[in-house]
Amino acid sequence: MEFFLISMLNGVTYGLLLFMLSSGLTLIFSMMGVLNFAHASFYMLGAYFAYQISVKIGFWPALVIAPLAVGAIGMLVERYGLRKVHKYGHVPELLFTFGLAYLIEEAVHLIWGRSAVDYRVPAELSGSLFKIYGTAFPEYRGFMMLVSVLMLVSLYLVLTRTRIGLVIQAALTHPDTVEALGHNVPRVFMLVFGGGCALAGLAGVIGGNALVTEPGMALSLGAIMFVVVVLGGLGSLAGAFIASLLIGLLQTFAVGFDGSLGRLFAPLGISFPSGTFLGELWGLTISSAAPVLPYVLMVLMLIFRPRGLLGTRDV
Amino acid sequence: MLEVSDLHAFYGKSHILHGVNLTVGDGECVSLLGRNGVGRSTTIKAVMGMVDAKGSVKFKGEEIGGLKAYQVAHKGLGYVPENRDIFPTLTVHQNLLLGMKGTKQSGRWSMDDMFRLFPRLQEREHTAAGVLSGGEQQMLTLCRTLMGDPDLVMIDEPTEGLAPKIVELLRELFIEINRRGVSILLVEQKLAIALEISQRLYVMGHGQIVFEGTPEDLRANAAIRKEWLEV
Ligand SMILES: Nc1ncnc2c1ncn2[C@@H]1O[C@H](COP(=O)(O)OP(=O)(O)OP(=O)(O)O)[C@@H](O)[C@H]1O
Ligand SMILES: [Mg+2]
Repeated sequence: MEFFLISMLNGVTYGLLLFMLSSGLTLIFSMMGVLNFAHASFYMLGAYFAYQISVKIGFWPALVIAPLAVGAIGMLVERYGLRKVHKYGHVPELLFTFGLAYLIEEAVHLIWGRSAVDYRVPAELSGSLFKIYGTAFPEYRGFMMLVSVLMLVSLYLVLTRTRIGLVIQAALTHPDTVEALGHNVPRVFMLVFGGGCALAGLAGVIGGNALVTEPGMALSLGAIMFVVVVLGGLGSLAGAFIASLLIGLLQTFAVGFDGSLGRLFAPLGISFPSGTFLGELWGLTISSAAPVLPYVLMVLMLIFRPRGLLGTRDV
Repeated sequence: MLEVSDLHAFYGKSHILHGVNLTVGDGECVSLLGRNGVGRSTTIKAVMGMVDAKGSVKFKGEEIGGLKAYQVAHKGLGYVPENRDIFPTLTVHQNLLLGMKGTKQSGRWSMDDMFRLFPRLQEREHTAAGVLSGGEQQMLTLCRTLMGDPDLVMIDEPTEGLAPKIVELLRELFIEINRRGVSILLVEQKLAIALEISQRLYVMGHGQIVFEGTPEDLRANAAIRKEWLEV
């Protein structure tokens, strides 16, 4: 029981963190039609900036400054990079974001080195929030959840209640028409790109210390983020939200589940002796299969429903 | 008010407009006629800065060629796209809000005006625009552009595929637009309505203007109608 509750909470926390990344990626994709391969690199930048700032002045200023700095870099990238490449079509844009991801990784190597940096959870939040049957739930997890929920609510309010939100919603599908009505759509693109990057940066600030801050973090989380976007349906925010929670829970539960696939069937009176067909597979422990589960899910989704859960267009 | 001279437009490598010349005077209603594919939509898109174009476009005496679409809109040019290009997931009210260039309502048209002209839109004010009927969507597209208070509005095939009753409503709106001192450049298929409401007409063929004159001139000129308009 406590395994279930704690895993549930951990899974939701991880899922919300994934959504902070996939929401930005989804908005950028819907609006500009470009899959930003460098998106997770902005997550990494957020974590490294937060580390640097928290070493100098502390975690709380970092929580504000790092996402803003990452957002500003995002805007510059859109304004002086992507916008210039845009007129040559989508393939050059994709290549551009690939190059950018590589560039950011090299920059991180140069400045902070190749191994993980010591970016820690702030002392104020390193206790445990509560205990369920002796298993503790860390305060910092609760804080991550709080920040994510606040961000989710603000994103929703901005998109549905403000004028710029309406312009963004309309420009997602009809950018030319919106521009002809007198709205500065290029500037909206820049803001959305910057905003998406700032969200990724924020995810880096609160996730980098809970997980790990190292040069490989962009690649490892980036892969999962693409799984989320494909599962949810390219371009669908609601889809990305559902898929984020799904992957978050799936991974958390799978890692914590000790037992083999075969044992799942034991209560049904079915057993798989090691001699039978695919005997090894049934003996595989679920926790060791955990890292590949999301990819299995993605491949299945691509085969049976290429548009994803809530997507409207095929990949 | 609007002076277009020697306008050339391109989609990639294909050269669509070959030197279009036309003018629209203050408070005038002018129609642009022609068969499908001759470049009427391209002409107004080029004026709006939405396609690659060369040549001169002057609005209120100022050169606007080369400006971006949103800048052209701020100069006072309104564009009503063909195919009832509403924002389907937003409500009628939100669609109208997006027509406004600022947050304050000002100028010739208010939301109440729109609702008085088209009570149907008021009934559906908080409905997603995507579920409106074709006629309602056309009204919405027009009203949305008017909310931005243009001095000249370019309307692309507003009556296409609509029931006669709704065409009649739109015709009344065009007259009302003109009455409020707004110039109109209308792209139309239906010769009858164009002849009735325009002061001048242009006929286009293969990316050029092939006829210019008053409704009487066009009525009298069967050869032009036969060569460039009738199917
Ligand atoms: N986006 C585009 N890319 C390439 N060619 C285009 C594009 N849009 C239009 N064209 C071509 O340009 C020509 C003129 O098109 P335009 O839309 O201006 O015609 P039109 O007179 O408005 O007719 P209709 O609206 O009835 O199709 C056509 O031959 C069309 O095939
Ligand atoms: Mg057309």
